[in-house]
Amino acid sequence: MTQAILDGDPELAESLARQALESGLDPLEAINQGFVPGLDEVGAQFSTGEMFLPDLVLAAEAMKAAIAVLEPAMTQQGRTRQILGTVVIGTIEGDIHDIGKTLVATMLAASGFAVHDLGVNVPIKTFIETAQRVNADLIGASALLTTTMVKQRDLVDALEAAGLRSKIKVMVGGAPVTAEWVTEIGADGFSRDAIGAVQLAKTLVAKA
Amino acid sequence: MDSMSMQLQFLTPELVDRILDEAFQLLLEPGVQVQSPQAQALLASAGAQVDQASSVTRIPEAIVRHALATVPHDFDLYDQTGEPAVHYGGSQVHFDPGSSGVNMLDPETLEHYPAQTADLVRLIQVAESLPQYAAQSTAVVCNEVPKAIGDLYRLYLALLYSTKPVVTGAFAIPTTDTMFEMLALYAGGREALAQKPRAIFDICPTPPLIWSDFGASGLIALAQARVPAQIVSMPLAGAAGPVTLLGSVVQHAAETLSGITIHQLAGPGSPIVWGGAPAIFDMRHGTTPMGAIETALIDATYAQVGKSLGLPTHAYLGASDAKIVDAQAGLESGLTALIGAQAGINMISGAGMLDFLACQSAEKLVIDAEGIAMAQRLLAGIQVQTATLATELFTGIDFKADFLKQKITRQLFRKEQYLPSAVIERGSLREWQANGAQDAFARARIRVQELISSYQRPAVDPALERELQKMVASLAKSAGMAQLPPLDL
Repeated sequence: MTQAILDGDPELAESLARQALESGLDPLEAINQGFVPGLDEVGAQFSTGEMFLPDLVLAAEAMKAAIAVLEPAMTQQGRTRQILGTVVIGTIEGDIHDIGKTLVATMLAASGFAVHDLGVNVPIKTFIETAQRVNADLIGASALLTTTMVKQRDLVDALEAAGLRSKIKVMVGGAPVTAEWVTEIGADGFSRDAIGAVQLAKTLVAKA
Repeated sequence: MDSMSMQLQFLTPELVDRILDEAFQLLLEPGVQVQSPQAQALLASAGAQVDQASSVTRIPEAIVRHALATVPHDFDLYDQTGEPAVHYGGSQVHFDPGSSGVNMLDPETLEHYPAQTADLVRLIQVAESLPQYAAQSTAVVCNEVPKAIGDLYRLYLALLYSTKPVVTGAFAIPTTDTMFEMLALYAGGREALAQKPRAIFDICPTPPLIWSDFGASGLIALAQARVPAQIVSMPLAGAAGPVTLLGSVVQHAAETLSGITIHQLAGPGSPIVWGGAPAIFDMRHGTTPMGAIETALIDATYAQVGKSLGLPTHAYLGASDAKIVDAQAGLESGLTALIGAQAGINMISGAGMLDFLACQSAEKLVIDAEGIAMAQRLLAGIQVQTATLATELFTGIDFKADFLKQKITRQLFRKEQYLPSAVIERGSLREWQANGAQDAFARARIRVQELISSYQRPAVDPALERELQKMVASLAKSAGMAQLPPLDL
């Protein structure tokens, strides 16, 4: 199972997940002992420069394929996989840059977050309404342009105005984003890459 | 001339045909998402199949071929005096600075700071003074100016400070029309502008295979005004395009062919360029390296495809992803400019640019000009300048190294050699040390100062200039800017 993730092979991961169920293995154990170590290893190898973005994305896709098989079985048994947190993510209004945001969403989902990806050009209102509806712990807002990055501030302000700021953490991302910007707009953090974003998300929901 | 010219080509004719064949297949399946109702209507009336709900438009090859038959294979851009200055078509190669950077490199602190009016003026002055740049570009966004007038304001500065043609663009349709008016003011009316266009407008599809409402509307507006359009298709190989270089070239062809079709349906015979700014996708950082050798390979390859259709070409080369003007900046810019030149690309944009086209540098612009001059010298190739190649030149030499004394040496050395500026160090070590042991960047800083201090603003009818200023000032006012930034005119 670990190898299926390391190899980024969704078909293999899916069939191994089915085999696990057929042979009566505990689905939660299959996830945590079988597949998750693979994803951790991919993350580690990405950080050391041995693996690259396609390795990361395909590992996450393999993880999703395995979970898609194992999760319904757990639900049938009346158990649920522990969700690390609920994240609403999107590229902010006026910006249509998709790639970085989608990568973060994929990695968060593979790492055990419930992720609601709103896509690109997302109005602040939509961020907030969705976050309320799904009872989100965290909002991730991406902006690749200096001209759209300013909307990240508007998002934080709008959450404040809606009285939700204490409940919902905000992480921001995108090429122009810096630590100073995070402080200036009162967001909770940012990351340079998708692996860092997962770490950040874990830290932020743990604090909450 | 007896010299041989060599054009860089990576494709066999069979492979060019396969690229076009697959591009035509993509235009049918999955089709192109055309988000402009006006463009949808044009395509539908020509026989394309439009799905209203999804905007997916399937364009049969015959419609595209019909459009290709009406595209001009050549056209000129004109300078301020109405003389042709840039020839799009054939294997003519021109360079212009990269466009729409948001930052400027501070030559002292090396920080990237948000560009303002003074920075764009500086870049225009430097590009104006360097013959390597056949055209100006609206090189950086002026951050202190309201976004609503940002695009037309950049063109305004180019018109005030330059005589050269301008590679420009707009991010909104009403702005495009205002920019036509500004150009028409100088040209002597809209018809005169169409006859002798001073500017060309970049228009971008969204990868993969999408013409946004704005992009498609821009094509239509340009076609109707008969102002040259330059399609800038940018597949990102491995992210917003197939990972293979050829796969991305096919996508580029499909996006560009569909754009040309919309454009020619709106204005048959209007000039349009087979251009682009593709890149590979960096698999570690998720960035789009413009200085990568594979990026240049994609460019040279799609240019060959465009040339096979007889179309004028453009590419984004000669830029670097380095953050300062260092060795990486030099090698990436020089190598890719050379590849573009050898591929015979008509307009090569990108000079001056750092950091994935986000940052402009006047110092890099003067260093790049040296690389461009060398590329141009390479293109000129080997020429037969004398009746005998050497034997006559040996008359009276008598085994002495006395060629310097020959009249022919004085007559021909300027033709045979490109004579670089002081940015290129060719002195002795002692001399270099005596001059302060400066590196290329330090020498470039001095050169920028020199160019700017000897720069003279073009003479234009003051009444015209006043009218242009009045026009832009009133637009600025309605965009919430009471007073335009002061200019040293």
